[in-house]
Amino acid sequence: MSTLEITSESDAAPVPEEAAEAQQPAEPVETAADTVAPTEEPPAPVAAPVELMPHDRLERVEAWGMNTAVVSYVYRPTTLDGIYAVFDVARKHKRTVGLRGAGRSYGDASLSAENICLDLTRMNRILDWDPQSGIIAIEPGVTLRQLWQYIIEDGWWPPVVSGTMTVTMGGALGMNYHGKNNYKMGPIGDHTLEFDLMLPSGEVKTCSRTQNADIFFAAIGGFGMLGVFTRIVLQMKHVESGLLSVDAFSTQSFADIIREFEARMDKADYLVGWIDCFARGAKLGRGQVHAAYYLHAEEDKNPAQSLRVENQELPDSLFGIIPKSLMWRMMKPISNDFGMRLLNAAKFFASNTIGNHKTVRQSHAGFAFLLDYVPNWKFVYKPGGLIQYQSFVPAATADACFTEQIALCQQWGIVPYLGVFKRHRPDEFLMSHAVEGYSLALDFPVTARNRKRLWEMTVHLNQLVLNAGGRFYFAKDSTLDPQSTAAYLGDETLRKFFLLKHACDPEHLLQTDLSRRLFGSYDE
Amino acid sequence: MTDWPWKRALIIGASSGIGEELARQLARGGCRVALVARRADELTRIAGSLNAERGAGIALTFPHDVLETECVPALFQKIAHDLGGLDLVIYSSGVQPLLQPEEYDFAKDEQMIEVNVLGAVAWLNEAAQRFGRAGEGTLVGISSVAGDRGRRGMPVYCATKAFLTTYLEALRNRIAHRGAVVVTVKPGPVATPLTAKMDQKKLPLLITADKAATLILEGAKARRNVVYVPGTWRPIMFAIRSVPSWLFRRLNI
Repeated sequence: MSTLEITSESDAAPVPEEAAEAQQPAEPVETAADTVAPTEEPPAPVAAPVELMPHDRLERVEAWGMNTAVVSYVYRPTTLDGIYAVFDVARKHKRTVGLRGAGRSYGDASLSAENICLDLTRMNRILDWDPQSGIIAIEPGVTLRQLWQYIIEDGWWPPVVSGTMTVTMGGALGMNYHGKNNYKMGPIGDHTLEFDLMLPSGEVKTCSRTQNADIFFAAIGGFGMLGVFTRIVLQMKHVESGLLSVDAFSTQSFADIIREFEARMDKADYLVGWIDCFARGAKLGRGQVHAAYYLHAEEDKNPAQSLRVENQELPDSLFGIIPKSLMWRMMKPISNDFGMRLLNAAKFFASNTIGNHKTVRQSHAGFAFLLDYVPNWKFVYKPGGLIQYQSFVPAATADACFTEQIALCQQWGIVPYLGVFKRHRPDEFLMSHAVEGYSLALDFPVTARNRKRLWEMTVHLNQLVLNAGGRFYFAKDSTLDPQSTAAYLGDETLRKFFLLKHACDPEHLLQTDLSRRLFGSYDE
Repeated sequence: MTDWPWKRALIIGASSGIGEELARQLARGGCRVALVARRADELTRIAGSLNAERGAGIALTFPHDVLETECVPALFQKIAHDLGGLDLVIYSSGVQPLLQPEEYDFAKDEQMIEVNVLGAVAWLNEAAQRFGRAGEGTLVGISSVAGDRGRRGMPVYCATKAFLTTYLEALRNRIAHRGAVVVTVKPGPVATPLTAKMDQKKLPLLITADKAATLILEGAKARRNVVYVPGTWRPIMFAIRSVPSWLFRRLNI
């Protein structure tokens, strides 16, 4: 039971602004009432005044997959002092603080219901760029788009990029994101030289592999639990041309696609697979591989031109006539099991026939940012939204595990509309999601009808992944439970992480809905 | 047991009558409920039985007297925080002291205005502001069929309910276009402590609080603007509202 300590009797007690305004005109009436009924009791004790959280900061904040939404007090500071002030507000009002960048995590990783959402997108300055060494210093709100557009004309490209360029680099580091070259380049953490981390106490810690190394390896991939990245120093990768040579070919099963990946891992610079999740029986696991290779300067007629931002831009219309902004509406009619089954089958048919072993040249942005071709493609999944279920499974057990996963989905009648397949390698970060093996990312539509069963089904999927020695990724997660999380991370890792959490954030101010879902309120 | 579309609800006036039944039905459908009312022991009793039935934490209690309107903004924020969100707010507090045909009692009138009107405005302003900003949420006000006409037997009660009906309509006009839902509930006589002292045989279409709560939640779930409880009152009140004032004066209703 809770009661509130407020007394209104005393004029001396400072009252919040709105209340003060409301009271003033009523004052003469109150005095009149007092003379009529004189109070016999001694004046009530003056409790500490309750200051209200500002109404005008209340906003609806949504998971990127539109599967969950909350209401939070959103703050968008632009300076270090501004960030510190937010922690102070949190302390004063006993609220927790959840960090948020561009809000591109599919689930609740950046949600903070009824608490403070510290949105870092306005801290988006590029602090320093050295085109000789390829080292760049940025603020956390700098987006991947800002980053690649800033450096490409000097002949550099981010060593690790996600499938969308809308993410912030603060978020990228917090999740330790990976790309289609994870097997070769590791996650973004492998290219991070140094960062400044502001702790909730206001202290700023500079961390690198040699300085505060324990925090360095835990904060990268630490899903915003240890502090706020305020300055990030990254090493970019030199590229000689703005183009890639991209080879596409079809595969007939998980065993087949794994064979093809293994054969190309040392040569290809990027490898990504697509899986038709509707195919069953002997065809289960059929799909397509895209393998991309950097071009050397001599293979490109005019590298200075291909490296220009304007020659990297994605097309702004389909077939030159249909504006991209309309495309999700055109896809809406096929956004159902039947339409998606046809679309997946048609895509496989095309890749298995006319598109098989076709080599094309594509810009870096055009190849990397597939998710940005159709703006707001997620609206196809309206109104229920989508979740992405991505599991990372060791190479030896991947074929069996992913085959079972797809078969299970088909058995439950909840088939993913999209499956994406990638190769990974382990890294040295504490909360790593990577394995020496493969990941399969499954996009599931969420509807009012399937929601409960979908969440139930993921419990079975989790078991398959854990049995195969697999791992999960917070940026994608919506469905994990504390037991599965502890099972894949292990007690030793969790113990280390919570020791650091306690050292960096002893008040446990930094929490998100994801952290509460998977780890409780750190109170235990 | 219905699966309600709400996960977290706030009910003001939850210690008895319709409010209590609303709380019970919501909690049984798996919705977390925050119970606000003056009588702490009643709240503890209801929350205790719900938590025993549905697991600890399904019901939270917040003893509060709706006359203390200055406490409302902070308490509202606290409740939203403790529940971890808020999808549904129901203002169910209401008083109707018995009045003799010739009686004029300012103390009774003042109490009705404070509970039925000022308390409602204090709480529902908060709810409307939040739901308007969030662009979602359901706000329910329990008005009454009594608000549809000024009846000789209960001038101020009718006026407070007329206030509530008009106020809720205005809130709806403010925030419905942003996606929030505002529901005006107009119950006829319901067997609750409020009507217990009246001659129940004379009350037309009397229904139980349990039934009333079900009809209210179903109406809110269907996002209806105005819910008559039971629905039979809609044509009846349409007819009664159509009676011209000079004729209504001569009718003993």
